Amino acid sequence: MASARLTSLAALAALLLTPSAALAGKTLDAVKARGEVVCGVNTSAPGFSSADSQGRWQGLDVDTCRAVAAAVLGDAAKVKFVPLNSQQRFAALQAGEIDVLSRNTTWSLTRDASLGIVFTHINYFDGQGFMVPKKLKVDSARKLGGATVCVQAGTTSEKNVADFFAANGQKYKSVVFDTAEAIQSAFFSGRCQAYTTDMSDLAGARTKVARPADWVILPEVISKEPLGPSVRRGDDEWFAIVKWVGYAMLEAEEAGLTQASVDRQKAESKDPVVQRLLGVSEDTGKLLGLDKEWAYRVVKQVGTYGESFDRNLGPGTPSNLPRGANRLWSKGGLMYAPPVR
Amino acid sequence: MKRGRLSWSTRSGRALAWQAALLLLLVLCGWALASHAAGSLAERQIRTGFGFLGQRAGFDIGEGPVPYGPADSYLRAFAAGLANTLRVSLLGILLATPLGALVGLGRLSRNLLLRGLCGAWVEVLRNVPLVIQLFAWYLAITELLPEAASPLLLAPHVFLSKGGLQLPLPALAGGLSLELPEVTAFGVQGGLSLTPEFLALLAGLTTATSASIAEVVRAGVLAVPRGQAEAALALGLSRRQLVRKVLLPQALRVIVPPLTSQYLNLTKNSSLAVAIGYPDVVSIANTAINQSGQALECILLIMAVYLTVNLCTALLMNLYNRRVALVER
Ligand SMILES: N[C@@H](CCC(=O)N[C@@H](CS)C(=O)NCC(=O)O)C(=O)O
Repeated sequence: MASARLTSLAALAALLLTPSAALAGKTLDAVKARGEVVCGVNTSAPGFSSADSQGRWQGLDVDTCRAVAAAVLGDAAKVKFVPLNSQQRFAALQAGEIDVLSRNTTWSLTRDASLGIVFTHINYFDGQGFMVPKKLKVDSARKLGGATVCVQAGTTSEKNVADFFAANGQKYKSVVFDTAEAIQSAFFSGRCQAYTTDMSDLAGARTKVARPADWVILPEVISKEPLGPSVRRGDDEWFAIVKWVGYAMLEAEEAGLTQASVDRQKAESKDPVVQRLLGVSEDTGKLLGLDKEWAYRVVKQVGTYGESFDRNLGPGTPSNLPRGANRLWSKGGLMYAPPVR
Repeated sequence: MKRGRLSWSTRSGRALAWQAALLLLLVLCGWALASHAAGSLAERQIRTGFGFLGQRAGFDIGEGPVPYGPADSYLRAFAAGLANTLRVSLLGILLATPLGALVGLGRLSRNLLLRGLCGAWVEVLRNVPLVIQLFAWYLAITELLPEAASPLLLAPHVFLSKGGLQLPLPALAGGLSLELPEVTAFGVQGGLSLTPEFLALLAGLTTATSASIAEVVRAGVLAVPRGQAEAALALGLSRRQLVRKVLLPQALRVIVPPLTSQYLNLTKNSSLAVAIGYPDVVSIANTAINQSGQALECILLIMAVYLTVNLCTALLMNLYNRRVALVER
């Protein structure tokens, strides 16, 4: 939309005219001075980041921001959320408008190596899929040859879908929109026969319609979409903080901590991993420029990765996604944090 | 103006020196800005340069007269986007001009109903933001029309649905034949296909610009002194002759320059296309920015494209203007 374009233009102008903000250590100082973490999130991706009826942001990506605030500022509430669409997100980070981009963004070589940003860790292993109206009676993505497909501008989805149809030797027609609202209203009103994006997004989009059962998500997963937060290049200290906050949430789950019982576990546990993580024995925070209890506050105020997943995406939530590949490595999944020590 | 010697002592010489100094200053500022930007980008480790234009774009473009596929280069993607911009702008200009002229003349009509209708047309279309109008057109097409698999049959082989408008396409395969669109499970395929995005954008641009053109035409006609009309009628010219032989030729002088602005506006407004999913050059550039990360380069490219297109339009209109402009006596 015009306003979206203007924002990115303004961000770009700011980027070119302001002195560089991306110097080592600068982000942490700026965040402390400001008293809040400015976090770029999705405008509306249920389960990842969306504002509820009271305007409170919720979701897995939102929890990452809260956890960073809990670790750095001692208060998970000290976050300012900036909703960004797919096209605005990188410019906003480059220009220094936000400290962290935590917005279901796929880690890829081009993005990691050429945009002036770096990905810190993966917080959701995803893949791209297709959603179609049930009445179309299509049960496989391979039967979509000739279909009109809705896709969002500036996403990895846009390229994957081209690769997918090319690999199958099939033709398709794409209709490209720049916001999720535009694309979803076009798809749900019948402009396209299929909507393609990350599987998790499809599940989230389906929760927004009146009769979710009228829409089916096809079984094929056509790409790897490792989603994760990113920060500006050149500030290694801030990079390490965001990365290790993510890992601490995983390590906490692996160590059997929970938000509700962390105080008791902190007082009673004899497990060296728990004692280290919660700052009872060693001080891991010092190495990151934080205090001893940084990870304790993350668990206490936000919870472990598993708790965040269950609360936002798991069974019982509208998205109702299986944990799948996002289980811990020790439970057969891909989630593996280097040791916090 | 007299030709000045290059000397501080003459007035024109001083003016020339000032202008040269100003030009130098501007060039210096531009250079400083560019080098600062380059430094800034390098410091932030953002890749720059136009080399990406030759690389494989990898994304698809839904429609357009320039053949393009995901295996083609970014440059070709830009060309495809530009062709889409030109296609909708040119058609928009061709449709908005007669429509605007009719509405403008309608506002001067002696018929009260016609005058009222034309007045309402102008006021509504001029005062509602264009993006909103585009959304309205697009919604009307995608919400109200039937599914693509069960389209309306407007005329034999002419289908209208959420999938757009499909017409028979004349083809030159072994003598003149018609490629006929057919209904399939995924909607109407084949023939000449106009997408809902294109139709909505064309309708929005045409109607909105027609309102502005109507005002230009009305102002042009009113600018012809009353005495001219009275004299013509007194000479026994019919009302028709009065309009065609006396009013219009004189009005055109006043109309053409602001009309040019309207054409330029229409072309620039076509960049709102991205809001409703039409792949114009800005929408393609937006995608390219995200896929390649080369924001600065892409934005410079769009600016160059619009500048070129609009300078060409302005040039053509100025040539035309010179023909219609009367020599004042
Ligand atoms: N993971 C993919 C896709 C992420 C993405 O932006 N998905 C869209 C799919 S609808 C979205 O969330 N859009 C919301 C918005 O732009 O407001 C990527 O990083 O490119």
